[in-house]
Amino acid sequence: MTDMNHAANPDPSTEYLITGASILGKTTADLLLRDGRIAAVGDSAAAQASPSAVTIDAAGLVALPGMVDLHTHLREPGREDAETVETGSRAAALGGFTAIHAMANSSPVADTAGVVEQVHSLGLASGWVDVRPVGAVTVGLGGERLAELGAMAESRANVRVFSDDGICVHDPVLMRRALEYVKAFDGVIAQHAQEPRLTEGAQMNEGDVSAVLGLAGWPAVAEESIIARDVLLAQHVGSRLHVCHVSTAGSVEIIRWAKARGIDVTAEVTPHHLLLTEDLVRSYDPVYKVNPPLRTSGDVQALREALADGTIDVVGTDHAPHPSEHKDCEWAQAAMGMTGLETALSVVQHAMVETGLLDWEGFARVTSVTPARIGRLHDQGRELAAGEPANLILVDPAARWTVDPAAMATKGRNSPFRDLELPGSVRATFYAGHATVLDGALATPRQNAPVQEVLAWKK
Amino acid sequence: MKHLLSTRDLSAASALRLLDVAEEMSAVGEREIKKLPALRGRTVVNLFFEDSTRTRISFEAAAKRLSADVINFVAKGSSVSKGESLKDTAQTLEAMSADAVVIRHPASGAPARLAASDWIDAAVINAGDGTHEHPTQALLDAFTLRRHWARIGGNASPGTTLAGMKVLIVGDVLHSRVARSNVWLLTTLGAEVLLAGPPTLMPVGVGAWPCTVFYDLDVAIAQRPDAVMMLRLQAERMNAAFFPSTREYSRRWGFDDGRLALLDIMGLDDTVIMHPGPMNRGLEISAAAADSPRSTILAQVRNGVSVRMAALYLLLSGDTHDDDQHDDEPQDDAQRDEPDDNEPHEPLHPLPIPEGRTR
Repeated sequence: MTDMNHAANPDPSTEYLITGASILGKTTADLLLRDGRIAAVGDSAAAQASPSAVTIDAAGLVALPGMVDLHTHLREPGREDAETVETGSRAAALGGFTAIHAMANSSPVADTAGVVEQVHSLGLASGWVDVRPVGAVTVGLGGERLAELGAMAESRANVRVFSDDGICVHDPVLMRRALEYVKAFDGVIAQHAQEPRLTEGAQMNEGDVSAVLGLAGWPAVAEESIIARDVLLAQHVGSRLHVCHVSTAGSVEIIRWAKARGIDVTAEVTPHHLLLTEDLVRSYDPVYKVNPPLRTSGDVQALREALADGTIDVVGTDHAPHPSEHKDCEWAQAAMGMTGLETALSVVQHAMVETGLLDWEGFARVTSVTPARIGRLHDQGRELAAGEPANLILVDPAARWTVDPAAMATKGRNSPFRDLELPGSVRATFYAGHATVLDGALATPRQNAPVQEVLAWKK
Repeated sequence: MKHLLSTRDLSAASALRLLDVAEEMSAVGEREIKKLPALRGRTVVNLFFEDSTRTRISFEAAAKRLSADVINFVAKGSSVSKGESLKDTAQTLEAMSADAVVIRHPASGAPARLAASDWIDAAVINAGDGTHEHPTQALLDAFTLRRHWARIGGNASPGTTLAGMKVLIVGDVLHSRVARSNVWLLTTLGAEVLLAGPPTLMPVGVGAWPCTVFYDLDVAIAQRPDAVMMLRLQAERMNAAFFPSTREYSRRWGFDDGRLALLDIMGLDDTVIMHPGPMNRGLEISAAAADSPRSTILAQVRNGVSVRMAALYLLLSGDTHDDDQHDDEPQDDAQRDEPDDNEPHEPLHPLPIPEGRTR
């Protein structure tokens, strides 16, 4: 099905000479990409380029490290009607990502070395981005006993991020043990902070709007109480904790307090929580149904400030594609989740860069450098300097575009940004020196080593 | 008005027009032939995803009195559990050329979803959605209250608002679509609304509502309400730790014989007792209160048909599809044009309104 793309693959040794790019929005320079690395930066780049190098005029474009998503749902294996590794990683490349973390809530759950290796291999076969499987914390996301975390860490997928995302590891003893156990291989537990009893049947943020709409409330305290517990557990056992999709002002305060105490906690915010509020739920359109739910404008402002001041470390998309029938229904019956890979850059530019809260260097910190560090991806989120791996993107910050979910590469049409005009466009994505996106359109996937093996057993 | 989805979005002018037309419809119900040809040839579908015999037969009677063809589509339980989606059901009804869909659904917002979608063109009437709204119930309550208020004020009901009236709503506000619809509609019509009930059954966010909240029913009654509306206590709330026991609930928030006597002692001779039904006698309301001359419970049921006739008539008669913003003044419905119906028929004209029907 995807073989045509591989057939069109050009010579992997293509050299790219990028001229006049604004490096992190600061200095303007040329970049030479060769053999998967940045061969030269600055005046020497053109001089070192071979005659066959493809020249890309990057005047007016910002060069940034390729984005790294700690939070993507690729749905494969199990719900290939919603998304596959192939379609999701195409969407990621178009969105400016060079690495994504595939969440564990597939079917079967990614709770064994076998499943994470399968996802990893599918990623290698697709070749659009580095697909990093996230391992489940508990068997079957059941919250009862630990999955084989060590086996997943030592597998070919080399898992470092573990999460039951979608479900909170709510048993405090189990959470403590998980935090402790992953220290053996420098892993991190990424917690979906949601107290389950306080959110039974929850449909939206609990407050003025839920009171009017008659939708069961998802109170902020259900998130904040788990974060408070978890930072204290992380402190007690000296472990690394990552908090997924922080959504409330109160959570920000707790994380700020924890960091001030020296607790090793990192936090993530989604693009949609940086822009959208619960008022959209008044339409009862399930495209706005997401977990954690859209909150108030006060929460949005607190999240933006926290991302700017470093209290929140990273942007994670929580890209969650769903087939249309899961959204084309009543609110209560609809699935939770929104697509986000192809809009993340634009939404963050709109919410953070154009508001003056972050410059492009700060953008690179929250979308690439820090997520790569949390995921222990040593070849991602690096400086744009000679000798570094060539994972980078070219962005046109002056572009304006109107979001059309039907035109996206993801299978999901559930974008809450539908019909919004947003700034910023990814013009090119280089994954290990290979152009996966050129002129704002998909180019070709990178051919990774085990491709033939995987293609064989996909059939 | 193309749909009737909530009372929150209803302007005072539209609400008054609905109530005034309902008065005319009520007069029709007093005739020997209780039928108008207004909706002849139109199809009204009662789409009920939740049991509600009372509301369904009320809508059915209303549609039949207007000569519409009525199709009852009773799909108990959620559409998804039945295997067919709301979308597919709606498109089926569209294919059957339904002109109006009266929908009762356990999911809040399902009628709004139906109205906003391109699944179906029909007018949508919300007959109760989850814990969101039940606009025709609030309209019939307002109709009942208005007749009472007009009578004790010595006025005619049509054109009268509820200005100056104090209405106390008691019980499980959190899960009550009746309470929500009444809060918006009664305040729009000028009434002052008081709420009373256990704090566990008041929504977080009730502070932003245009009403006063009491946790003590007797303190609320001391505010001298003109009407006390008791809400039904749903069985599924009784074992979910919202309150310790049904007996404690009944003692603190039930309208019992003692509180019935208190109205007399306080000299609140004109204060009526309402209940949307079905009642839990002995729990939220005592038998003596339910059966007392103060009770409007049967009048509410009777008025329900008139109000639903008015809603169907206004939504389907074709000349009211203008939006609320054009309705700065309540129109005299008696003078309005006839529905766009090819057949000659009896005009809808005002008839004398019987007196004292609420007591």
